[in-house]
Order: sequence, then C-alpha cells, then structure tokens
Amino acid sequence: MQMHQTAGNDVLLDVRDLETHFYGEESVTRALSGISFQVKKGETLGVVGESGCGKSVTALSILRLLPKLTARTVGGEARLHGRDLLKLSHREMRKIRGNQIAMIFQEPMTSLNPVYTVGHQIAEAVQIHTKVSRTVAMAKAEEMLRLVRIADPERRVCNYPHEMSGGMRQRAMIAMALACSPELLIADEPTTALDVTIQAQILRLIVDLKARTGTAVMFITHDLGVVAETCQRVIVMYAGRIVEQANVIDLFARPAHPYTQGLMRSVPDPRRGRQRRLPEIPGIVPNLREPNVGCSFAPRCPFAIDICREKTPILRDVGPSHAAACWRAEEVMGA
Amino acid sequence: MTLLSAPVEAVPIGRLQLSDIPRLARRHPLVLVGGSLLVLLIALAIAAPLYAGDPVNMDPFKRLQPPYAEMWFGSDNLGRDVFARTIFGARISLVVGLLSAACAALAGLLIGIVAGYSRSFDNVVMRVMDGLMSIPTILLAIALISLTGPGIGILIVAIAVPETPAVARLVRSVVLGVRERPYVEAALCGGARLPKVLWRHILPSTIPALMVQGATVCASAILTEAGLSFLGVGVPPEIPSWGNMIASSRLYLAIAPMTIFAPGICLAVTVLAVNLLGDGLRDLFDPRAKKRR
Amino acid sequence: MNGPLLKVENLTKHYPLGAGIFKKSIPVIRAVEDVSFCVEAGETLCIVGESGCGKSTVARLLMRLVEPTGGRVLIEGTDIAGLKKDALRAWRRRMQMVFQDPHSSLNPRLTAGQVITEPVENFECLSRKQRQALAAELLRKVGMSPEMMHRLPSELSGGQRQRLGIARALSLKPSLIIADEAVSALDVSVQAQILNLLLDLQQQMGIAFVFISHDLGVVEHIAHRVAVMYLGRIVELARSEALFENPVHPYTEALIAAAPVPDPTRVRLEVPVEGEVPSPINPPSGCAFHPRCPLAVERCRAEIPPLVPMADGRLVACHVRAPATGQSAAAANFSAATVSAIRSP
Repeated sequence: MQMHQTAGNDVLLDVRDLETHFYGEESVTRALSGISFQVKKGETLGVVGESGCGKSVTALSILRLLPKLTARTVGGEARLHGRDLLKLSHREMRKIRGNQIAMIFQEPMTSLNPVYTVGHQIAEAVQIHTKVSRTVAMAKAEEMLRLVRIADPERRVCNYPHEMSGGMRQRAMIAMALACSPELLIADEPTTALDVTIQAQILRLIVDLKARTGTAVMFITHDLGVVAETCQRVIVMYAGRIVEQANVIDLFARPAHPYTQGLMRSVPDPRRGRQRRLPEIPGIVPNLREPNVGCSFAPRCPFAIDICREKTPILRDVGPSHAAACWRAEEVMGA
Repeated sequence: MTLLSAPVEAVPIGRLQLSDIPRLARRHPLVLVGGSLLVLLIALAIAAPLYAGDPVNMDPFKRLQPPYAEMWFGSDNLGRDVFARTIFGARISLVVGLLSAACAALAGLLIGIVAGYSRSFDNVVMRVMDGLMSIPTILLAIALISLTGPGIGILIVAIAVPETPAVARLVRSVVLGVRERPYVEAALCGGARLPKVLWRHILPSTIPALMVQGATVCASAILTEAGLSFLGVGVPPEIPSWGNMIASSRLYLAIAPMTIFAPGICLAVTVLAVNLLGDGLRDLFDPRAKKRR
Repeated sequence: MNGPLLKVENLTKHYPLGAGIFKKSIPVIRAVEDVSFCVEAGETLCIVGESGCGKSTVARLLMRLVEPTGGRVLIEGTDIAGLKKDALRAWRRRMQMVFQDPHSSLNPRLTAGQVITEPVENFECLSRKQRQALAAELLRKVGMSPEMMHRLPSELSGGQRQRLGIARALSLKPSLIIADEAVSALDVSVQAQILNLLLDLQQQMGIAFVFISHDLGVVEHIAHRVAVMYLGRIVELARSEALFENPVHPYTEALIAAAPVPDPTRVRLEVPVEGEVPSPINPPSGCAFHPRCPLAVERCRAEIPPLVPMADGRLVACHVRAPATGQSAAAANFSAATVSAIRSP
C-alpha cells in the first residue's frame, strides 16, 4: 500500500497490524483486528468512529495503558522513530509517555489529582522528564498555563482542579501534556464533555499550539464536525478495523466506504432540508465477540453483494492518498 | 471507550435459574463453602434429637470424663454429655443468630427506606440511630434484658436493636443513591404512586447490600449471644448454649479441655461459615470487588 | 381546544445552597429565572443552551419532578404547579418525558415489556394477555420486534434502550413529550434513527415535543421554534429558520458560529466568543451575557434586558440589538402574553 511504502523520514509513528483482544468471563472480544496506519511529523490525524469501534483502544494499545487483567495486545507493532513501543520495558515505556507521546482525555478531572494544585502537577510532570529545580519547574508550569491562555496564570498555578471550570481544566491538561514538548499528542475526545463555545476555544487552542510547536496530533473523536475543523488526514474505524483513510478534503468530498458515507449523511444538515427523515444506517454494530466472515459492515450496507459476505476486504488505494476497505469502493464514490 | 468503561454487570436477581448454580458455584467458591457449611450445621442442629443424647441429664458419677464411646466429647462438671450439649447448643446459637439478623435486617430496611425518602423522618430517626450506635452492643443488650429478665425472645430483640442502626444506615445510603436515578424519576413521571416506586424500583436495589450486611450481623449476633450467655445474662442457664457451656467450664480447662474446646470450636466454625458466605455474596453481587483484589 | 397545549408563565427555580440554620441569608443558585413560553399541539419547541443554563431544570419543572419557586405551568389551561398528588398523577398522563441516558433511565431488573407497560398499569389493571398485547403494540410502534419484550435492558443496545424509553413515554398516549437531551448520549447513526422515529411519531400521532438539547445541528433539524437560554433566562425565542438564518441576540450568534460544521473547506476565522459561562450563584449584573459580549454597552451592565418582540415576531432580550421602546417595554412586563403573540400559525 502506498502509505506503507513511503515510510521515510517524515514518519513519526508507524503502526502495523495491531491486534488487541479483551478477555471476558467466557468470551474474547476482538477489539482491534489488524490496525495499520502512520502519523507523520507535525500532522493532525483524526481517528473517527462510533463508540466501541476501537478508536480509544488503539491509542491505549500504542501507549500500553490497557487494563492489565482484561486486555492484551496480541500482535502487531507500533514503531516510534523505528523503535517498537510494544517491545519496550516498562521503564523505557514510562520515559516515552510524557516525554515523546502525551495524552489528554475526555474528562480532565479523572486525570488530574484532586489533592494537588494544578501548578504542582504540571511542575511534577516537568521534573519527571527533565532534571530541573523546583523553582524552575514551577516557573515552567506558569509559562505553560499562559501558553494555553488561562487568564491570570500567576494565580491559577495555585488552584486545585476543583476550583477550575471544565474548560479551564482541559486547558490545564493540555498544558501538562505539552510541558515536555512531546512529538506526538494523543487527544481522546478532548472536547466531548465541553460546551460548544468552550469547545470552539479548545479546538482553536490545539490547532494554534500545534502550529507553534510542530507537535503531531492524533485526534480521536466521534464528531465529524470536529474532524473537519482540525484534522489534515482522517482514519475512519468500524468494528475494530480501519475502513477508510484519506485526507480530510477528499474524505468529505467523496467518501469511499459505505459506512463513512452513511455516517456523514446521518448528521443533521439543514442544507438538505429540515423536519425531514434523515438517511439512517439500519441495524446495529456487530458483536465483536463472535467471529465474523466477510466485511463486518455488510449486514448494514446498502451496497453489499455476495463477495462482501464471504471475503473480508483489505484497505486498498482508491485515489491519491485515499484508501478504503470495500470491495465496491469505486461504485460507492460514484454514488 | 465502551469496552473499557462499561460497568461489570452484576448478576441480575430474579433471572437466576437452577441450571446456573454449578457455574456460579465455580465462579464463587466462597458462597459454596460458606453456604454448605452453614446448611450442614443447620441440618445437624435440627436433627439433634435423632442422634445426640440428652443434653440436660446429669450423672454425678461421671463428672469431667474424657471422651469415651458413650460420650464422644466426654462430660462436664455436672456429668452432662458435652457432645449432646454442643449439638443442642447449636440450635440456640443458630436460632438467635438468624432471627436477630432477620429482625435487624427487616427493621433496618424499613427505617432505611423511609429515612432515604423522607427528609424530615431522616433528620430525627437517623440521629436516634447515631445515638444507638454510640452505645456498646453488649451494654445495650444487657440493659434491655435487665428490663424483662432473661429469655430467648428478649435476647433476640436485645441483639437485634444495637445491630439495626448499621443496617438502616447502609440501606439509607443505597436508597439515597438510587432515588436520584433517572429510572426512578421515570417511574414517577409515569404516574406511579410512591409506595409502588419504593417497592418495585428502590427495594430490589437494596437487597444485595442487605444480604451481605445480614450475614455480618448474623455472625456478630452469634458472637454476642455467646458473650451474653457467658456473662450470664443471655440464655437461661438450664438451656444448653455455647456461651453457657464455655462459662461453666472455664474453671476446668486443665482437667477436661473438651468441655471448652467443643463449644469454642463450633462457635468459631459457625461464625466463619457465616462470614465466608457474606464475603462470597459480596463478590457475587459486586463482581468488581473481586477483580480489584 | 382553546389556547396552547402548554403554557409556561414566569417559571422560576432557585436552589438554596445548604441549610441556613446559622446564616441569615442563604445563597441560592438561580437555575431558572422568569421563563415563559408556550407549545402548540403537534409542535416541536427546542430549548438550547450550554450546561448550567437551566434547560434541564425547565424540563424537570414541567414534569414537576422539582417544585418551582415561582410561576405557573398550564396544560390545556390547568395549572399543574398547584395540583395535589392525585390530581397531578392524572395530568401526568398528558405529558411524558424521555430521558437523556438510556442506560440509567431503565430499571436494570425489569424486562423490556415490564418497563413499557408499567405506566399504564399505574392507572388500570391489565391481565397477562392485555399486558403482552400492549407491550407488543408499543414495541412495534418504536420499531422493535415484539420478541424483545422478555429481554433485560443490559441485553439491548443503546439505541434499542432509547426506543424503550420512548415506548414507555408513549404508553399513556400523551399529547406532549418532553425529551431532555434524548439523543445526546447516542452515536450519530443511532441518533439519526431516533430522530426519524420522533419525527414519524409526531406526524402519525400529532404529539408535541419540548426538545431540550445542546446540539444545534439536531435542534435545527427538528425544531419548529427555538428558545435559547443563557444562565437561567430565555435570551431569544424565534421560529427555527429565522433563528438559524438570522440570529439576533449576540449569544445566539456565538452559539451558532461555535458549532463545528462537517465541511473541511469552510475556514473558521476566529473563536466566536471568549470566556466562560459565569456561575449562576452570582450572576453578572444586568444582562448576564455582558462580560462575554462584543457589543456590550454601559446599559447592559446595569439593566436586565426584557424580552422584546421584533418585527418578525421573535422575542429578543438585548439592549443593543432589540432596544425596548416605550410600547414594547410595557409589553415586556407581560412577557407571558407577549410569548403567546408568537404562537406558531
């Protein structure tokens, strides 16, 4: 495939054939089956899909933050500058997290410690990764808060997380994540819990900071609007697989996978008329506990033919920097 | 994130079928061990007259005998059969333990549910409960018994009363958590009357916690009964009970150790069985508690 | 029928903060302040706003799940705020609610059939057969197969659970359904299914909706009229097309501009509004939006703007964009009356 052949110097993270399973009492859930993608230096890669499609699991698998008892990455590799993260020792992995890859989550309150001040926590993150004195680290914390445009950072460093609003906490989380200038920032639904006006501010902040620091961003979201506003390249996931990969303009102009197409059409859009029935995707997401034959979207797909139910399609090029895992991608793009 | 954050579903009560039992037993061995031990003890106690001798018959010529063929555990200082007394003592311990646990659970459930739903009742009654909790169990029980004199009935009440506040508190906290749940509000919106809401939507949620707490109360009630009987304020001395036996035999530990060990070990085993069952039930109702360990 | 189906007049809700045994004055959260609107039969009124604007409290006040501090809620002319328990129960049949979270709004211990027939059984006794027939009918109405009635909620998908929530609301044949963020917790494709279901039900049964949401895309799709709330007050109330095509209140404008649009060719010029929503415990003086408003003038800091009717019939509370003239200021004093002036045709 094209994007794999160009594994040149501009590739930051190269994920290949990632497989992650969840173990239940009596069943195995194949949360990810053969995920391959790359993140290039300084780009914003969107990962979209509905709940349970494996977008968060992908991030957690790469960072090796899956719950130890119930989940395991059983295959594949995730190379950061050519080093396979999945084979590193826990010690080395800890160094990578925060230093080279940082992550922000949907609910900042769960990742901020309520008993320490925000400044203290950012300073601590700085001190873990660089050997500086406490005073220098606190000064850095204040500088980071200013960078994420928190008003009055001198005072805010002394605030506890509960003294901040949701939007401000998410800013503080971003400050903490960026404190060690990581090369890759993984943002998992960072604005989902926020109001639209605050969401607009945070999105703008992430875009601005990315432009200033050159950090690559992997942006995980369910919201196509957010993807359209922030990302350059997009991966669409369904039932633990990547079904489409394209640059953002192509993806929205000519979706090549029926799932992507269905997803886009089911978003209410007044340009297509108000008070009208929305085109819906019939049926429900498949159960990943049961083995499936053929394309996992076939039972819901209006384009499905016999081959779709028999052979699982692989991701193939359908245009310049545009790939889809669909036997009938050409027809879909024409539709 | 569904895969990661989805709560582990508890076993829905009311959906269990007989065919589930082997699977559940494999997954929750504590329930199996504690439960069968308890069932065995209850069966032995009920069937006592069939195989054990007379527990009150005194034989002054056979005092403090070591175990022998006729009296498996020997005899006590009045020449009574220790084996028979231990077996009959189990009846007292189990009856008092189970009944006081049931009383405490029922009273606690009623108080807890009403307190969880009515704020004015809550303010008054829960302060009374706090007051009760601050009095040591044994002292409160002795005070209650001294009002009427010893007897099994008053003993059960005397043990149940000090245990009630803990149950009521627990039930109240469960109710407070559940009453704000949207499905309770939905029931109100659907025009359900309050008693029905309490019965159908709130009560079932309290049952798991109540059963776990009931087991704890039962274990502690058995111990309290033994303690009270040991102090001479529990079961009247003519009725054999483990507490009575330990009390009357404590002077003869060196000569006839079986007179103390038999009731003592039985007491320990019974309490252990009940506690195992309680722990097992907690794991059964809240699978997360087990995973965390 | 005369008059609107639902009429809300000067609805107000203050939550006291803690019991004030030792304090003279108890601080209050001003969750809802002087809210008035009405809903016609078969119409969809959407209430939009960000978290903390009081939109969910309005829903709970309408259902009388919380008691209002002041104001009236009239259903077909009857004030339900003053009703005793039994009379209220009867009126609840006219008005039902669909909740946000399809997981926690269904009792995990009841089967689908039990959940959806329960409201009817609160009012009449059903035989086993009648109950099954009713459950099957309701399930079919929300697009589920009748076999589902024996399933527990944990055995259903999120979309199916929300369908159950809707079936439960339909069981009493209400004329008004209040949907509090009913599609917010759902994935986009499922959301489309549920929105279609709601639209179908409205067409078939003439049910009116009060649809509460923070998602402007959804609101624009299904609303006939929209009320925008900010910090407990309605700041703009207009017909849907008018509101989205030509927002008048600066907050409405910011809200619409902030919503992400799934179109990568559109370039956002700047962040529509800075700052965050102030606390409803200590709201800003005058117009609550003035600290974030690009148009704010001195008067906005001092005076709370009244809802003023504009030429096209909409109501706007803004000193700059909708200055109250003598006549309209007088009208604003009777805001409830003004609101009925823009009842949908």
